[in-house]
Amino acid sequence: MFFPISNSHIDPLYLAIVGFLIGILGGFFGVGGSFIAGPALRLMGVDWNYAVGTDLAHIVGKSIVAARQHRTLGNVDLKLGLIMAIGTIGGAEGGAQAIQALKRAGNVNTVVSWVAIVVYFSISIFMLWESQKTLRSHKGRSQNAGEPKADHSAFGSVTKRIQRIKIWPMVSLPTSGIQEISLWTILLVAVIGGFFAGFLGGGAGYIRMPSMVYVLGIPTHLAVGTDLFEIVISASYGTLSHAIKGNVDILIALVMQTGAVIGAQIGAVATQYFAGPKIRLAFVPLPLIGVAIVLYTLLTGHKL
Amino acid sequence: MKKESAKSLRAFAAELAIYAVLVTAYFFLVLNLLGNWLYRLDTQHRILYAVVALLLIVGQAVVLDVLTRALFGLLRRRWR
Repeated sequence: MFFPISNSHIDPLYLAIVGFLIGILGGFFGVGGSFIAGPALRLMGVDWNYAVGTDLAHIVGKSIVAARQHRTLGNVDLKLGLIMAIGTIGGAEGGAQAIQALKRAGNVNTVVSWVAIVVYFSISIFMLWESQKTLRSHKGRSQNAGEPKADHSAFGSVTKRIQRIKIWPMVSLPTSGIQEISLWTILLVAVIGGFFAGFLGGGAGYIRMPSMVYVLGIPTHLAVGTDLFEIVISASYGTLSHAIKGNVDILIALVMQTGAVIGAQIGAVATQYFAGPKIRLAFVPLPLIGVAIVLYTLLTGHKL
Repeated sequence: MKKESAKSLRAFAAELAIYAVLVTAYFFLVLNLLGNWLYRLDTQHRILYAVVALLLIVGQAVVLDVLTRALFGLLRRRWR
């Protein structure tokens, strides 16, 4: 099928299947899935700027569906999500401006590819180390049986130290079980996540979901649901921003969304059967898939 | 307990099936009715294009979700 807005030929079935797979991952891990969607669109010859913008557009719809499902499961902290949305929007604008600057300089594809490789790889390695350490230290305890939402982290001591930073104003997040945390800590996490959302595409859940768990100390299930709620707001803003800059092919986004919204509901419902560290361990291969696809396109010179 | 969860899983699958049909129909409707207009909008009125694009995406998620639940509710009442 020909998509005139981005001037590309792509099989709609391929887009729907990619959307479906990303939907499952999104609903389960609270990520936009841009580490797969971006490279998957690049693989079909879509330019990076269109891949980034179009990916953001399809994430909006998918995240609405998944967040609604998580809300019914009690996995969304609305207060945290709204605070984070403010920081994410600021950061996302910075990331989109960086893309525009690289477009003008003429090296957007190479720079974004290498940044994507470094970021995705680092996240995978860290989460592999942390989740394995947590699972080993809690081996034999009946975490799965009664309370699948009970959460532990090998990084917990660092998280507690971060929570003790007293920079006014302090906010409490009762839904997430946090008595007090600095507003600036939450905003910093959101701004960094937002920058990568604007720069690499997607909702940057691959950075924000782990950050919420490790830096802010949010239980994994709540981090997944809250991240999806926050992605709805920030990705909507990102879609508008990228569409105005001419980076969104809405027809491609709609095809991807047909599969994504179905997958997102399945993924969201599946989270209630897994404990936090297991969700984090299962997360590890995802960014690595993104690394492999970006490396492949870089090494073979496929439209890069 | 097992019976209950199997029942809710079946309801979830039926709801998903209805939703899948609706989202696919929605895409083809947009493609046929708005495809050329969206292309022209992207080249001539970027801001309007951005707003329409977001509305189309949100519409697909929200309106179809509401429609699916309404349809599902209607079908359930008929089956009883």
